[in-house]
Amino acid sequence: MAAQEIGAAPSEQTAVADPIVSRFEGALRPDERKGYEGYIVAAEGLPEVATGLRDELGYDYLSSVTGVDYLDGGQLEVVYHAYQTSGGPALNLKVQVDRENPVLPSLVSVYPGADFQEREIFDMYGVRFEGHPNLRRILMWDGFAGHPLRKDWREAYYEEENKPFDSRWPTGDVRRSEAANRFGKNVIYPAGFDFENWTPESDESLYASLNKVGSNGKTLQTDSLVVNMGPQHPSTHGVFRMVVALDGETITDLQPVMGYLHRSHEKIGERNTFLQNMPYTDRLDYLSSMGNNLGYALAVEKLMGVQVPERAEYLRVLMAELTRVSNHMWAIGFLLNDMGAFQTPALYAIRARELILDVFEATAGSRMMCNYMRFGGVARDLPETLRDENTLDFISDLAHNRLPAAIDELDRFLTGNEIVRARCIGVGVLPAEKAIAYSAAGPLLRASGVPYDLRRAEPYSIYDRLDFKVCTRSNGDVYDRYVIRIDEMRESVKICQQALRDMPAKGEIFSRKPQYNVRVPEGESYGRVENPKGELGYYVVSTGKTNPYRYHVRAPSFINLTVLGEMCKGHKVADAVVILGSIDIVLGEVDR
Amino acid sequence: MDNELTNPEIPVPDELQSAVTITSLDRIYNWGRRSSIWPMVFGLACCAIEMICTAASRFDIARFGMEVFRATPRQADLMIVSGTVTKKMAPLIVRLFNQMPEPKYVLAMGACASGGGPFKDGYNVVSGIDKFLPVDVYVPGCPPTPQALLHGLIKLQQKIDNQSIKAVRWYGQQTSEAVPLPVLGPDLLDPRQHALLAQQAGQPNETAEPGEA
Ligand code: SF4
Repeated sequence: MAAQEIGAAPSEQTAVADPIVSRFEGALRPDERKGYEGYIVAAEGLPEVATGLRDELGYDYLSSVTGVDYLDGGQLEVVYHAYQTSGGPALNLKVQVDRENPVLPSLVSVYPGADFQEREIFDMYGVRFEGHPNLRRILMWDGFAGHPLRKDWREAYYEEENKPFDSRWPTGDVRRSEAANRFGKNVIYPAGFDFENWTPESDESLYASLNKVGSNGKTLQTDSLVVNMGPQHPSTHGVFRMVVALDGETITDLQPVMGYLHRSHEKIGERNTFLQNMPYTDRLDYLSSMGNNLGYALAVEKLMGVQVPERAEYLRVLMAELTRVSNHMWAIGFLLNDMGAFQTPALYAIRARELILDVFEATAGSRMMCNYMRFGGVARDLPETLRDENTLDFISDLAHNRLPAAIDELDRFLTGNEIVRARCIGVGVLPAEKAIAYSAAGPLLRASGVPYDLRRAEPYSIYDRLDFKVCTRSNGDVYDRYVIRIDEMRESVKICQQALRDMPAKGEIFSRKPQYNVRVPEGESYGRVENPKGELGYYVVSTGKTNPYRYHVRAPSFINLTVLGEMCKGHKVADAVVILGSIDIVLGEVDR
Repeated sequence: MDNELTNPEIPVPDELQSAVTITSLDRIYNWGRRSSIWPMVFGLACCAIEMICTAASRFDIARFGMEVFRATPRQADLMIVSGTVTKKMAPLIVRLFNQMPEPKYVLAMGACASGGGPFKDGYNVVSGIDKFLPVDVYVPGCPPTPQALLHGLIKLQQKIDNQSIKAVRWYGQQTSEAVPLPVLGPDLLDPRQHALLAQQAGQPNETAEPGEA
């Protein structure tokens, strides 16, 4: 398993007898830039290297694909992070391509999970992936001018490259962006734009690309029908759209369409200072903000090399696990909603979630947008009292009595319920190999029988000291995805109990001097955590300034959707809703 | 009219003495409307989660007669714009608004819907739904707590209380105009800015000097 160590080892040592370099002689070389790791692959050799890594060296899981625009070098870089599902650190591959004519071979045939991510890079950077089956914009609409994440692309309210803007800081002037924009709105138009004759792109090509099967050989002749569900639909968990091709009531093809909540998270993140991004991470997966904070803090701490005090580590884990419980509560409540048990189970789940939100509100100051972690610790210690009780007593009561009771209650009413079983068992089956190939993460992956949990596979924070088991199920259907959430909540409660037991009663919660602006050493880092919805990763590139040069979020909800179409095929249209609910997506994270 | 009704010379039969109440048409009309505002099931972003919590048992929006969330705009009185309005979504929101029958109200929930919020600078973000729709109540916060949303809804009720059946637009002579749908072009096109666009497209933005208003 020497290959496992390679991602983390400094490049000088790997150069000596690196099995990867010797295996792919000539196709790749170690990345020797300061603060960087991994390998640079020549574009032509990419599919071959990827196939070799997957089949011979066991890197079967492509976690993240993203781009970076190195404007000064005139190059775009596409960065791949691959893992072995048996555990261990990342293998980091990079391909460089000319900014003016960026063409790369697509990896969809090797790792189908690259599908949406390559489309995103095409959308944001304009890199064309040859061989991609459906290379079209994914977050912005067809016809949008430019590729927004390129460094020389400027948004309508552009003022300066980086915050804090000189016009407002340190003098504290207030200025409205509208004042600087000629339309007074957040828009910008190319010269000579002909408004009169503009026709927006239609969805015809999208509809045409769907696989519509005729009713060959069946007695009942049915027409093939294309139905749009969403973006405004009561069961799509936000502004998400599914374009469904139907044969009668049976789904023959399904294409997710997204971007209706694309809030330019990454572009804004690259203008922000490192610390300013922390509250923005809350708004990614807004049902589990503590987990998002943790992932980002880990990524930046890796670059800065700071330590986190003991008590802060425990607080982090405690909060992250409470988040998991509250997230799964919500997910289960609304999965039942999707099945037609309208509102009632959700009300029970929300009631339990409110208990946890009280802890967050008292500690971090906000129910949902906690903004709690800092680079080197957490922002605040636990308050003295909560709802007129001692806070620790309140949380222990939660962890020992009230949450387990709430979980049991859901379990009792739902798990054996006949309708739940009838609607869930055997629906939306995702076999293990497919789950890995499509880069599914979190409960979706584990319900298919792959025991991959980052808290065990590559432990961060203090998870290596805690006793919990990685829950798995074997069928990979909707029912298993429901049951695994119940199991995971139980494990999380157990972790909370241990954290409460072992947490030092007093102590530092922040290891550095609080600073408004932190300077982060040059280099790249990829921090990842096991968020309730799956592997949440942050890819951060720093050039030594106070702002990230590149800030990318590997969003589990987004990548889990890649396999949605596959899972829905052959099921009835009403099942698509349930399958979507069982993936548990949050649009803030899907679209970013 | 008031004088006539309150005139003690109008005979009220004895058995009805305790069962008659005198009010104005406006009051009873508004009382009926304000006590059964049906919002649309319409969640955009993080704020929608707090909206759902407001509807759940702890905060219980049903106390205000508003628990009947309708999935279709045709049956809704109130659009709670709960989250970030993106350019890609804006045409759809305007269309949904146009599909709602009068009387209809818009509540901008949260910083994003009110003015773009934390994502205002984003290239795909509209800085506030009021760029397109007439907003009745703004609720600040990111996200507003359920209490804040309830406060906003009470404000809306007060607004309804103060409307008069004689002056409301939906009983007026003219039919109410649909809001022109924005169009997805190279950027979001607002048909109302037609002329300005043709004139000024392509010219750089004035970068106002620091400190300038
Ligand atoms: S105001 Fe805040 S909470 Fe509401 S949608 Fe915007 S970012 Fe999310």
